[in-house]
Amino acid sequence: MNGLGAEIWQAVVVCFAAVFTNNILLTTFLGMCPFTSVSREVRTAAGLGGAVVFVMTFTCLLNWMAYHWILVPLGLEFFRFILFIIIIAAFVQVVEMILDRFSPRLYQNLGIFLPLITVNCAILGASLFMVIREYSLIVTIGYGFGSGLGWLLAILAMAGIRQRFSESRVPAGLQGPGITLIIAGLMALAFIGFTGVLS
Amino acid sequence: MVLEIIRDVLAVSTVAAFLTLVLILCEGMISNYGPCEVTLNGSRKETVQGGKSLLLSLQEKKIFIPSACGGRGTCGVCKVKVLEGGGPLLPTETPLLTQREQQASVRLSCQVKVRGPLAIEIPEEFFRMHQYRARCSRIEDLTYDMKRFTFELTEPETISFTAGQYVQLRCPPYKGSREEVSRAYSIASDPLENRRIDLIIRRVPKGICTTWCFEYLREGDPVSFTGPFGDFYLRDTQTPKLFIAGGSGLAPFVSILWQMKHAADGRQTVFFFGGNRMEDLCLLDEMKAFEQALPNFRFVPVVAKPASESRWSGQTGLVTEAVQRSFERLDGWEGYLCGGPGMIEAAMRVLRQMGIPDEKIYYDKFA
Repeated sequence: MNGLGAEIWQAVVVCFAAVFTNNILLTTFLGMCPFTSVSREVRTAAGLGGAVVFVMTFTCLLNWMAYHWILVPLGLEFFRFILFIIIIAAFVQVVEMILDRFSPRLYQNLGIFLPLITVNCAILGASLFMVIREYSLIVTIGYGFGSGLGWLLAILAMAGIRQRFSESRVPAGLQGPGITLIIAGLMALAFIGFTGVLS
Repeated sequence: MVLEIIRDVLAVSTVAAFLTLVLILCEGMISNYGPCEVTLNGSRKETVQGGKSLLLSLQEKKIFIPSACGGRGTCGVCKVKVLEGGGPLLPTETPLLTQREQQASVRLSCQVKVRGPLAIEIPEEFFRMHQYRARCSRIEDLTYDMKRFTFELTEPETISFTAGQYVQLRCPPYKGSREEVSRAYSIASDPLENRRIDLIIRRVPKGICTTWCFEYLREGDPVSFTGPFGDFYLRDTQTPKLFIAGGSGLAPFVSILWQMKHAADGRQTVFFFGGNRMEDLCLLDEMKAFEQALPNFRFVPVVAKPASESRWSGQTGLVTEAVQRSFERLDGWEGYLCGGPGMIEAAMRVLRQMGIPDEKIYYDKFA
C-alpha cells in the first residue's frame, strides 16, 4: 500500500512537472505545427488542446501496455516507433467514430481536430519519453495527462496572446508563424521559472 | 535464429491484425447508422444506409445532385436545402455558402452525413435526371471543326428529355488529362427518338473534353453522361419566335425544330444561324427540310466574312446585323439564343433595342 501511495505521489509530481517545468511544447518544441496554425482563436485552441489531453493520456497508457507486455518480453523494443504510431492511429480512429456516433456536439467541437492529432509528433513524443524515462504504469498516466494539459495550457496562452495582438502592427516579415515562434520562445523562458516549485 | 525471426514477425503481425480487427468491428458496429429515411421535397421518401454523405446516399438511389469535384467539398455545386436532421453547419461548408444560403439552411450535400432521418428539398428536375451509358455509334463531320456524335443508349435504354435541354458528357482521363471531367452539350436530336441522342460538338482549341471527343473517341466506344438538364425549351405561347445561334449553338434548335415538326407547329419562327465563313455553316439541307415541313418557319444563314470569290448570295455580317436588316421592330416576339457569351450579350442588346423585354429572351450560354 505504501509503495502504491509513493507511486501515486510520484505520478502527481511528474504530472505537475509535465505541465509546467517540462512542458512538452515549450521545452522540446514538439507539436509545433498545430500550435502555430490553430492558435488564432481561444475557442478552437481549447478544442484542439482538449483533444490532445484526451488522446495523449490514453495513448501513453496503451503504448505503455503494448511496450511492457508485448515488446519487452519478446525483445522487440526497437519496434516501438512503428507500433506506437499504429496504436495511436487506430485509437484516434476509434475515438472519432465513437464521438461521431454518440456525441455529435462533442464531435463538432473536438472531433474535427482528432485526425490532426494522429500525426502530431507531441503524441508520439510523449510515448517515447515515457519509455526512455522508464516510468511505471501509474506514473505514465500522470505523465500523459500532464503533458497533454501542458500542451493545452501553452496553446491556450498562445491563442490568448495572439487574439490580443491581432490588432497591433507586427512588422510584415514577422507576421503569422514568425511572431508566433518568438512568443513561444518568450513563453518557454517564462515556464523555466517554474523549475524547483515542486521537487 | 530463424525461429526467433518468425516469432517476432508473428508477434508484430498479430498486434497489427488485432488493431485492424478492432477498427473493422468499430466500423461495423459504431459507424453503422442503420437504415435512415430521407424525405425529399416533403413527399417522396427514400431509405438509405446511414453513415455516408448525403450526396453518395442519394446517388445510390439514382438521384444525381450535380457535383463537379466529386464530393471533396471544394466546388460548392452540390447544394441542397436540408430542412431537418442535417446537424450543425460544418467549417468545411461555410466558405462555399453565402450568408443568405446559410440562413435558408442550404448545405453541401457532400459534407452532410446521413445519421438519422433527414428532410431535404431539391429542384424537381433532379428526379428526372439519370446517369446513362451509351455507345458512340456514329461520328459525322459537319464542318472542319464541328462533328455530330450519335450515342445509342445501352443503360437505361431510353431517355426522355425536352427539346433544348443538355446533358453532361463524361470525359474519362486520357493522355493529357489526368482527371475525369464533365462538360455540358445540348442534345441535337429528335426528342421522339428516345433510344439515342445526337450531340453537335465544336472543337475548342486545347479543350479537354472536345479534344477527347475529336481525337480519342471512336465509333463503337462506350460513353456515359448524366442529364437531361436545363430550362432552355420552346415556350408554349402563341407569339412569334426568333432563334439566333452561332456555331454549335445550333444544336438545341435542331431538337426544338424536330419537336415543332411533330406538332405541325404553325407559329411564325425565324432562325438566324451565323458563321464566320461559308465553311462554318452546316446542316443546311436539314434546315431546308424543316422549312418545307413547317410553313411558317424560315431559316436565315448568315456569313460574317464570305470569301470574295465565293458564290455566297445570302446575308452577310454579324447575325445581329442580319436581324436588324430583316426586321424593323420585334415587339411581341420571343427571343431564343444559343452560342458563346459574346454572341449572347450582343444579341441581347440588339433584341432589347428592337422591343423584346428581357423576360422574353431565353438563352443558353456556353461557359
